[in-house]
Amino acid sequence: MALDYALLVLAAPASGHSSLTAVRFARALLARGHSLQRVFFLDNGTLTGLAAAVTPQDEHSPLQQWAQLAEEHQTELILCISSALKRGLLDSTEATRHERPGATVHPAFELGGLGLLVEAAQTADRLVTFG
Amino acid sequence: MTAAARKSILVVSRHAHPGSSLPRSALDTALAAAAFDQPVALLFQGEGVLQLLSEQDSRAAGVRNLRKVLDSLPLYEIETLHVDAAAAAAFGLDRDALPAGAEWLDAAGIRALLARHDHVLGF
Repeated sequence: MALDYALLVLAAPASGHSSLTAVRFARALLARGHSLQRVFFLDNGTLTGLAAAVTPQDEHSPLQQWAQLAEEHQTELILCISSALKRGLLDSTEATRHERPGATVHPAFELGGLGLLVEAAQTADRLVTFG
Repeated sequence: MTAAARKSILVVSRHAHPGSSLPRSALDTALAAAAFDQPVALLFQGEGVLQLLSEQDSRAAGVRNLRKVLDSLPLYEIETLHVDAAAAAAFGLDRDALPAGAEWLDAAGIRALLARHDHVLGF
C-alpha cells in the first residue's frame, strides 16, 4: 500500500548525521512508491536552508542533497519562519522587511508558518521526526 | 480539513529549558495544532519534566519563562500535560507544584498514550 509521508527535521545540517539520514529515508520511501509532499524544518533544522553553507568536498552536503531531492520529486521544503528568522535565514521579502543586506535562504526552500506542519500532519499517513 | 480526517498529534518533549530551544519549538507546535483545532496532547519525558518546575525565573538567563506558557495551555484547550512519573521522581519533582493539568503516567500509561495517537513528534 502506497502511503503519503511527511518529514519533520529538527536536526541542524552540520550536527551529526541526522539530516543526511533524513534525506536517505526520503529517497528510500520514494523508491518504494510512497509519496513525500512536504518536509518541514523546525528549530535548528531550519539551518538546513542556509544558502551559504560550504561542505568540504569529501563530505556529503545536506544542502545539496535536499535541494536535489526537491528538484527531482517536487517535494516542498519548508523552513519554519519564526525559527528561521531567529537564525538569520531570510528570503528577499523578509530581508527587505527587516532591513537586512540580502536573502540567505537557498531557492529550493520556502519560509512558512507552523500551520504547514499541522496541515502535513493532517494529510500525511506517516509523519516522521528527525531530531 | 473535515472532522473525519482529523489526526491526533502527540508532542513529546524530552529536553530541559532554557538549555535547549527544543522545548519552545515543541510548545509552539502544540499551540499551532490547537489553533487549527487539531487534537493534540503533550508528554514530558526525561529532562523535559524539568520544564514543569514551578519556581522558574529565566530573566537572568535572558529567555522567556516557559512555565508561564505551560500554565496558559488550558486557554488553547490543551487541558492535560502528561508526565512520565519515573522521570519526575528521578528529578525529585513535587507533585503538588506541577501545573494544574499534569497527569502522571507509568510505563503502561505512556505506552497506551503513544498507541492512541496517529502521529508522535519527538522534540
